[in-house]
Amino acid sequence: MATLYEGYTLCGVGPVQNSSNIGILGVEQGGDIDHVLVTDTSRSITVYKVSDQKPTGSWSVKQGQIISCPAVFNTQSQEYVVVTDDRVVRVWKEDDVNLEKAFKATVSADVLKVLSATDSEPVVLFCCGAVRFLDSLLASPQQPMEDVLTEDEIIRWSTIVKAEHQLVILFSTEQRGEHCLYVQRFNPNTLVKHRFETEPGLSAPISFSATCRGSNIHLLYLYLNGSVYESVLPFRSSSTGAEGVQALSRSLCLSLPLGEEKLMSGAAVVLDEAHVAVVGFPHPSAGACKDYLCIWNTHFQTLQASKEMAGRIYSQLWCYSGKLYVPHGKMLSVIPFDCQKSSLAAAMGKQKQTSQSGKDFSNIKSALTVDQLIQHIKTSAVEDVQAEVGEFIRRTPQADLQLAAGRVALELVSRSQTDANFYPQCAFLLLLETRYLCYSVCPELLSLAMVKKDFHLCQIAFQIFSDIPEAVTCACLKTILSTPDLEMETVNLDMDSVIFMKELTQAHSRSDEEGGQLNGFCHPALESDVSDTPSNKLQRDPFALDMSCPVGLHKGALLNEVLQTAYSDRSLLPHLKDLTVPQVIVFLQYLRFLYLKYSHDAHKQIRALRTPSISQIIDWVCLLLDAHFTVLAVAPEAKRLVFDLHKFVRSQVKLYAELGKIEGSLQVLKSSKQSEDFGMYAIQVIELF
Amino acid sequence: MGEFKVHRVRFFDYMPSGIRALAFNGDTERMAVARMDGSVEIFHCSDRFFQEKIIPGREQCGIEGLSWVGERLFSAGLNGGITEYDLTNQKVKYTIDAYKIPWYTFLILCFYHLNLDRQKSRIVSLSWHTSGSKIAAGMMDMIQIFNVETGHSIHRMLADRGVGTSRSKECVVWSVVYLSDGTIVSGDSVGMVKLWDDQTGTLIKSHNVTKCDVLALSVSQNEDSLVAGTSEGTVVQFQFVSMVLGKDDKEWVRTRTFKNHTHDIRAVAEITTAVVSGGMDAQLVVKPLLDKIEVRSAASALRKIHFPHRRLVFCARNSGLMLFQYPGHLELWRLGESEGKGIPGSSLFVKRNPEKLLHLKVKGEDHIRCSAVSPCGEWIVYSTASSLRLYRLHCDNNNVSITKISKLPKVLSSANQLCFSSDSSHLFSASTQSSVHIVSLSQSGCKFVGTLKPKSGSHQAIHLLAASEDGEWLASANSDHEVHIYNLQTRKAHCTVPVYSSAVTAMGIHPTTNCLFMMYADQQMCEYSIEQKQYTDWSRTVQRKGLHRLWMERDTPCLNVMFNPQNPSHVILHDTYMLCIIDQSLPLPDDKTQFYNQLTLKSLTEDQRKSHSHAFKVCKTFKDILCVELISDQSLVVVERPLEDVATQLPAPIKQKKFAT
Repeated sequence: MATLYEGYTLCGVGPVQNSSNIGILGVEQGGDIDHVLVTDTSRSITVYKVSDQKPTGSWSVKQGQIISCPAVFNTQSQEYVVVTDDRVVRVWKEDDVNLEKAFKATVSADVLKVLSATDSEPVVLFCCGAVRFLDSLLASPQQPMEDVLTEDEIIRWSTIVKAEHQLVILFSTEQRGEHCLYVQRFNPNTLVKHRFETEPGLSAPISFSATCRGSNIHLLYLYLNGSVYESVLPFRSSSTGAEGVQALSRSLCLSLPLGEEKLMSGAAVVLDEAHVAVVGFPHPSAGACKDYLCIWNTHFQTLQASKEMAGRIYSQLWCYSGKLYVPHGKMLSVIPFDCQKSSLAAAMGKQKQTSQSGKDFSNIKSALTVDQLIQHIKTSAVEDVQAEVGEFIRRTPQADLQLAAGRVALELVSRSQTDANFYPQCAFLLLLETRYLCYSVCPELLSLAMVKKDFHLCQIAFQIFSDIPEAVTCACLKTILSTPDLEMETVNLDMDSVIFMKELTQAHSRSDEEGGQLNGFCHPALESDVSDTPSNKLQRDPFALDMSCPVGLHKGALLNEVLQTAYSDRSLLPHLKDLTVPQVIVFLQYLRFLYLKYSHDAHKQIRALRTPSISQIIDWVCLLLDAHFTVLAVAPEAKRLVFDLHKFVRSQVKLYAELGKIEGSLQVLKSSKQSEDFGMYAIQVIELF
Repeated sequence: MGEFKVHRVRFFDYMPSGIRALAFNGDTERMAVARMDGSVEIFHCSDRFFQEKIIPGREQCGIEGLSWVGERLFSAGLNGGITEYDLTNQKVKYTIDAYKIPWYTFLILCFYHLNLDRQKSRIVSLSWHTSGSKIAAGMMDMIQIFNVETGHSIHRMLADRGVGTSRSKECVVWSVVYLSDGTIVSGDSVGMVKLWDDQTGTLIKSHNVTKCDVLALSVSQNEDSLVAGTSEGTVVQFQFVSMVLGKDDKEWVRTRTFKNHTHDIRAVAEITTAVVSGGMDAQLVVKPLLDKIEVRSAASALRKIHFPHRRLVFCARNSGLMLFQYPGHLELWRLGESEGKGIPGSSLFVKRNPEKLLHLKVKGEDHIRCSAVSPCGEWIVYSTASSLRLYRLHCDNNNVSITKISKLPKVLSSANQLCFSSDSSHLFSASTQSSVHIVSLSQSGCKFVGTLKPKSGSHQAIHLLAASEDGEWLASANSDHEVHIYNLQTRKAHCTVPVYSSAVTAMGIHPTTNCLFMMYADQQMCEYSIEQKQYTDWSRTVQRKGLHRLWMERDTPCLNVMFNPQNPSHVILHDTYMLCIIDQSLPLPDDKTQFYNQLTLKSLTEDQRKSHSHAFKVCKTFKDILCVELISDQSLVVVERPLEDVATQLPAPIKQKKFAT
């Protein structure tokens, strides 16, 4: 779920000079994450401390001079760099007062932009397409610049991407209606030219945003028709520029809804792998007004958050360290945001599902269209429906199936709910196996399975759905716990999970047997502090602890699935309170059993695809104890259980306390590597504890 | 617990002098060490090798050999002089110019007027047979045995020169040892240790020990073990063992090799349980022989003594001045100043650098025995074996001038130890017979006030003085481990601290409680209430509970005891490797407690710290510490002398070819 927080104004911006761009040339990252560098067209460059909303430094050029590109901060030399009058490169430090007195060098060609990435030398991009590192350029400013671009080719956009100490410059050009992307890599220097695909009705991309993920550059670009495309470029290119112009492969990742009005401009910036911020496009449910800042999820094509911006919005948008910088009206606003990893359930939240009509699911080219299938489901017999669904899944292309699976499932569920005799389990399983279903698409499916006591379906759903709401998880848990083991054992379950449970319980008995054979050998106490406990009572051999599984194998396998579901503590806690005391005790006993097994490393010898992790087990123990603390404290049958758990906790705390003690020593070892040499004299501060 | 601003000083260019000779006295367990600068030091081998006595050297006084005769110590110099030392007052007793010819001696037992056959060759080394009738002399290319009574040569044994290019070079027999069974052992410049028979004058066995020179030899008291020191810095041990088990047929067999020196080993000696060696790298190395040690303890660890166990740096607490005592001069420095504040672990901006105010050269040839600067920084005093000089310092901004105080009282002719009262109004000068003279200081000069004498006890020289903050008390410690406390008002002896078996290495009187805090060479500590004339409760608790094992295993003595005026429960101590604040209000650590717990405490929260804290707060940030002093602005002065810096100023060691270089 993404959130846009309350924004604030960083600064006002000067008078509007032309229609598309206001007074801001650019916003660049400053010396640290809390500083930005704002270059405005009215001849001045200002450094702001963002959290204080205060300028910390400002420089301006003389009357008559023009700042050609946004100033950047060179983090390596701690200097600012700007270009004035197209050819004069100026470099200055934080404490230089007058820009006129700062270092300057005149270069031989027009500079388009200075690009700077953290901890690397800035790169100067010339209008002719030539690229130089700033230090080598300043070493000989008058060096001739080669013409990379043809005469009427104009650079529209450029950026720098850095990863793995490698820099890549991207810039897009326009030449007689043709748009190209150049990728300049260094070491070795290669320049690769790509052509943007053009389609009728699709003009030039209006906004670009590039990020680096893994070993690829993800370039996102926005067209005026609302399409957001993504192209993936490898970070290190094996090809050289000699291979000629390649068409840029792309995939559509978002279609922004368009309003009535014809759009003139807009901007998009990538926030993370699933989110993109957009200005200049209308809010899908707020009518024609387009003065909105929106965050869209590209995975689920959903609107995540939006904010109305007062005054005109320009097609400018920057994002630095968790904050969006949006010029609008006569000010530059800073809007902090937060993007959490989304599940579809969360992603579905904000958008009113108005346009979920057949339009989205139009291109079904199978024997049976989705609409036909749905009609059949409404009336046909179970067997027929199952066969048709199977056929449909086989014949429908994957991309279309993704959209259709949900509809089919919904329809099947709604028939099952109304018609008690209709329960196409096979069809559900087939649909689940496509992995195109999730809880949010068909929320009723899981509760239906519970009602029908179809634990197999439940198990598969638990494995596949990542977005089951906590309330539903708890309801399922309750059902599982309340079903008698005898009934449970007849259910057909995923073999892997049952084998895991079998091995886990057998590991126990095996180790017991071995223990017995060892000629009177007594295992050393599990904990060192057994001697602390009063000797007359409660002193039990830890191996005499109840190591038998308190639930049946199948129930255990299902509980394991529950343990592995995603949840958030706060949402789960109130629902956990619905469990009855016997249910809680059984579940806790089972968790204790798992914990004991795990602390004896029993699970490591078992090969299974899905096993609950020890932290999941401990988290659930904590949650259960939190939810039922008072009840467990008074219930006599829970006493022994709580006592055992307490012992485990104590041993854990002890372990971590000891680990904590080591931490300091390790840190000093780390820092002692860089032992200081201070010469003959120093005044230092030491602290004794 | 607290932050301290620390002046970390590394510009004290103290250079320890190379070790030239060693002599072990098995009866008193004392090791005498002679250094290149002519100084002689006495170490107490069974008291953690504490440096009990220092007899300063003098210019142009090279000692070549050192020998105990009973409890008397003699040395022989390059100029042919024989010197006896007064160990009670720690000075030279007399010097006899025995021969006006340069005489290289190794071992002196007593003096005879020898009229040996005229020698064409230089005698490099000598050794007496226990009978006193024969002498073996190591010379160029040969060893001769002389009959003492007749002065005639009995045998001439030729030492082989090296092979190859070194064939043209003379073979110098650097060292000979005459064993009581008539075996003569020689060490020479070809790297051989050779065993000869004095009856036949023939070679029994020869061991090639090194490619360089064998410079020193020493035999154990019962003559079953022999150690040789080489110019590579190795010590090689030979043992007299039977080759066949159970048979009496014994032979000298090379057994062990130790390498603990970087430079020439000029002297070796085997003591009861260890091999002691010293050489040009100026460190005294005590390598325990583990076969002779029954219990593994601090005493069985390798010990390297780099620095003297006396203070060479003195701070004027109230004026930020430091006095550095070099053998032949004094230097006075003013500490720098910092600006701003810093987090722990950081360095502050040095606004003003430290400044050398004074370079005071000693008059005469004697080296400085002791010196002091008054807490106010106005007075400087030093003493050599023959004279004592007191100076008054005038500091007006940048002008520094000194005036020598003339007409000193006669009692101030020389001092074993010097100390100013805390208000700088009096000077205490430790003199002969464990007495202390008091002199009052004023603008006009100085005036003798009186002499403090112990009621009874030994007459050993005082090596430590401590005056109380309120001017009431003075404590003195001498090398017989006696600590006397005097009342300065009545100028009478007040009491004597019960004598402990180990030497006092540092002491101080607490400014508010007037308790005397003493550190001993065996790492014990005691706190003695002067007013109540008894050990304090805290001290008794420490004795009862015992100190932590890791504290006891430290191998350098504590050299200063200070108190923090802002926190009376804090006692500040230091040795060569650590700075320690003892918080007397905190529980003492037992052996189960983590002793060096500063890193642990650092990683804990404020509340958790309370339960993990104990009385010993040891800071290991500094090393090779010569002095720590708390000055009046609550900052610490830590004077370090990194051993790497010392090593760079040593002459280059013998070049050795290493593999693949």
